[in-house]
Amino acid sequence: MDLRFTREENAFREEVREFFRAALPERIRQKLVQGHHTTKEELVEWTRILNRKGWAVPHWPVEWGGTGWDPVRQYIFQDELQQAPAPSPLPFGVSMVGPVIIEFGSEEQKRRFLPRIANLDDWWCQGFSEPGSGSDLASLKTSAKRDGDAYIVNGQKTWTTLGQYADWIFCLVRTDPAAKKQEGISFLLIDMKTPGITVRPIQTIDGGREVNEVFLDDVRVPATNLVGQENKGWDYAKFLLGNERVGIARVGVSKERIRRIKELASLERIGDVPLIQVPRFREKLAAVEIELKALEMTQLRVVAAERNREKGRPDPASSILKIKGSEIQQATTELLMEVVGPYSMPYQEEPEHGTNEPPIGPDWAGPVAPTYFNWRKISIYGGSNEIQKNIIAKAILGL
Amino acid sequence: MDFDLTDEQRLLKDSVDRLVADRYGFDERRHYQQEPEGFSRELWAQYAELGLLGLPFAEEHGGFGGGAVETMIVMEAFGRALVLEPYLATVILGGGFLRHGGTDAQKSELIPQIAAGELTLAFAHTERQSRFDLFDVATTAKRDGPGFVLEGDKGVVVHGDSADKLIVTARTAGGRRDRSGIGVFLVDANAAGVSRRGYPTQDGQRAAEISLASVRVGPEAVLGDAGNGLPLVERVVDEAIAALCAEAVGAMGEMHRLTIDYLKTRKQFGVPIGSFQVLQHRGADMFVALEQARSMAMFATMMAQAEDADERRKAVAAAKVQIGRSGKFIGQQAIQLHGGVGMTMEFSVGHYFKRVTMIDTLFGDADHHLAAVAEAGGLVS
Repeated sequence: MDLRFTREENAFREEVREFFRAALPERIRQKLVQGHHTTKEELVEWTRILNRKGWAVPHWPVEWGGTGWDPVRQYIFQDELQQAPAPSPLPFGVSMVGPVIIEFGSEEQKRRFLPRIANLDDWWCQGFSEPGSGSDLASLKTSAKRDGDAYIVNGQKTWTTLGQYADWIFCLVRTDPAAKKQEGISFLLIDMKTPGITVRPIQTIDGGREVNEVFLDDVRVPATNLVGQENKGWDYAKFLLGNERVGIARVGVSKERIRRIKELASLERIGDVPLIQVPRFREKLAAVEIELKALEMTQLRVVAAERNREKGRPDPASSILKIKGSEIQQATTELLMEVVGPYSMPYQEEPEHGTNEPPIGPDWAGPVAPTYFNWRKISIYGGSNEIQKNIIAKAILGL
Repeated sequence: MDFDLTDEQRLLKDSVDRLVADRYGFDERRHYQQEPEGFSRELWAQYAELGLLGLPFAEEHGGFGGGAVETMIVMEAFGRALVLEPYLATVILGGGFLRHGGTDAQKSELIPQIAAGELTLAFAHTERQSRFDLFDVATTAKRDGPGFVLEGDKGVVVHGDSADKLIVTARTAGGRRDRSGIGVFLVDANAAGVSRRGYPTQDGQRAAEISLASVRVGPEAVLGDAGNGLPLVERVVDEAIAALCAEAVGAMGEMHRLTIDYLKTRKQFGVPIGSFQVLQHRGADMFVALEQARSMAMFATMMAQAEDADERRKAVAAAKVQIGRSGKFIGQQAIQLHGGVGMTMEFSVGHYFKRVTMIDTLFGDADHHLAAVAEAGGLVS
C-alpha cells in the first residue's frame, strides 16, 4: 500500500496542467472562475482544442480516440480539467451515449456517431425522464411502434438539459407494453430535426433555461437507429447510469470553488477583519475542506479498485461519491452566498451571449445566488441522493 | 497510488485478525478487564510472540521495521475487538518517543524489552489546565547537577497505573504556555517521589493521576532536546492520532456491522425492521460516514510520516475531525437503531460507542482540530 502518487503520475499531472495553462482560452477560464455559463460556441471551441490534442474522450477505447490511460490517470486528467477550471466535455455525448454505442452499438453506428461526438460535431441530449417517470424511470410511457423499417415514437421527455442546442437525442422508449416494465424498453437514437419533435424550455429557479421538455409526436425513426437489441434498453440504461456516477463526485470542481471562496473571502471585510480571518467562517470552510479531502480519498479508492473490477459493473460504493460530492458542491455555493452577503440580492438576467449592462455591486456577486439555487439540482439528478441510499442499502448492506 | 496490501502486510493482517477473532470475544474481554492491570498479560505475551510489540522499530534495535501502514493494520483489528492492552501507550507513544527522540543507548536498552513484552510505558503529559494544548505544560524540570528534578501533576495518563516507565513532559525553561522550553523525560514509575492513583476509564481501559514530587532523574533520562521537546511531542502525538484513527475505524466498522445485522434479524410489526426505508437510509448514512472515516484514517497514515511538520499536523488534524464526527454519528445511531438492547452493559455495541467517544477526546476532539485546520488556512491551497 502506497497512497502517494508515483513520480510518473505526478509528471503526468504536470503535463496535463501545463497543457491546460497553454491551451485553455483565458476568456473561457475567466467565465468559469466567475461562475458564468459558457456558450455552446465556447464549448465547441474547447472540445475541438481537446480533440486536436487527442484528449476529448480519454476514457474511450483507443481505436475510437481514447488515450489508453489507466483509471488513476483518467482521474488526474479530470481533476486538473476541473481545477483549471476548464469546461467539462458535454457529458451526454462523451460520457453517456458514446460509451453505450461503443459497448452495444453496431459497427455502422460507431463509425457514424463516435468521431462526431468526440469533435462535438453532434450535440447530444438525453431523453430518459418523463413527467411521470423520475426516480421510477422504468415506468416510462413514451412508445415506439414498429412500422416497416422504422419506429413511430410518441410521448414526452423532460429535464432534457441543453436540448435546445441538440442535433440528436438518445431516448428510452417502450417497445413492448405487455412485458414487465424493465423488459419492454429499447434505446433509440433520434435526429432532433425529425418532423414531430418540439422542444419547450423550462425556466429553473435561478432564472436559467438549461432544461427542456421534448414532445415527440408521430416521430418516424429508422430502425437502424436502435442500439443493440429491442427490449434490452434497460440494461443499456443501467450501464449508462453506472458510468455517470463515477465522474459525479466532481472533486476538482469543489477544490476550484473553495479557492474562489478563499479569494473572495479575503476581499470581503467585516469591519476591518477579512471574512476569511473570522473563526466562525473559516471553521465552516475548513469543515467542508475536510469532507472534500475524505471524498477525494474515497474517490481514489474507488478508482484504484476499478482496475480489478469487471468492465461495465459500477462499484456500488460510487453512490457515496454522488451523495458526498453533491453535498459538498452545494456547501460551496452556500459559503459563497455568505461571502457576498447583501449583494446576493440583486437579480440580473444573464443573456446567453452576455450583456453590456454594468453589474450591480461587486462584479463577482451576480452569479452567486443563481448558482446556489441552480446547484440544488445536483442532489436530484443522476439518481437522487435518496435513490443512492437505496442502492447502498440494497447492493452493499443487503437490506 | 496503490491501495493494495503487500504480501507481508496481508500476512500481518491475517494473523492479527485471527488472533483477535480467536482470543478476543466479548466475554473473554470482560475477563481480561478483571485482571489486576485491567488487561491480559497472556495476550500481551502473545503480541510479543507475533512480533507486534516490535513492529514499528528498526531491525537493528530488535524490531521489524514496520511503517505506518503496518500500525494501521494492527490498530484497526484492535479497534474491532476493543483490545485493552497498552499497545498505544507502550508501542505507539512510548515507542515513538524512543524512535524519534531516543539516543542509541536508550534505544538499544529499551526497545528489545518492549519487543519482548517486558516493558510497558505511558505518556504522562496532560495536566489539569492544559486541555488539548500540547504546549501547555506547568510541570517543571529544574537542573540538578547533570540531571533534573521534576515537580508537578499529570492527569488522565492512559495506562499510567500499570506502566513500568513514564514519559513525562516538563518545563526546563519559559512560561506555562510557551512553545519552547519543554523537555521529555523517561521516569521510572517506582522512582522516589512518584505517586499514582489508578482508575478505570469510561471505555473500560485504565488511566492514572500522577504526582511528581521532587523526582530526581539523571541526564540519561532525557529524550531528545531538553530545551525544545515540543516538535518531538507533536510528531509522536501525530503518529498516535493516526493510529487512533485506524482503531476508531475498526470500532466504527464493527458497530456498523452489528447494527446492519440487527436490522436484518430484529422483527417488529411482523417484518425485519431493516425493511423500513427510514432505517435503511440511516444504515446507508452510517456507511457513508464509515467510509469517509476510513479514507481519512488512510490519509492520516500516509501523512503521519510526512517530512513537512506543518503539512503533517494539518492532515492529521483533519483526519481527527472526520473520525470524531463519523464516530459520534455512527455510535449514536448504532445505539438508537439497536433500541433498548443497545443501552445495556451486557451487549457489545455500547462498549464500542464508549470507546469511539473516548477516542474523540484523546489528543484533541473534533472541534479542537477543526480550529487548528482552519487557523492553518485549510487543506485546499
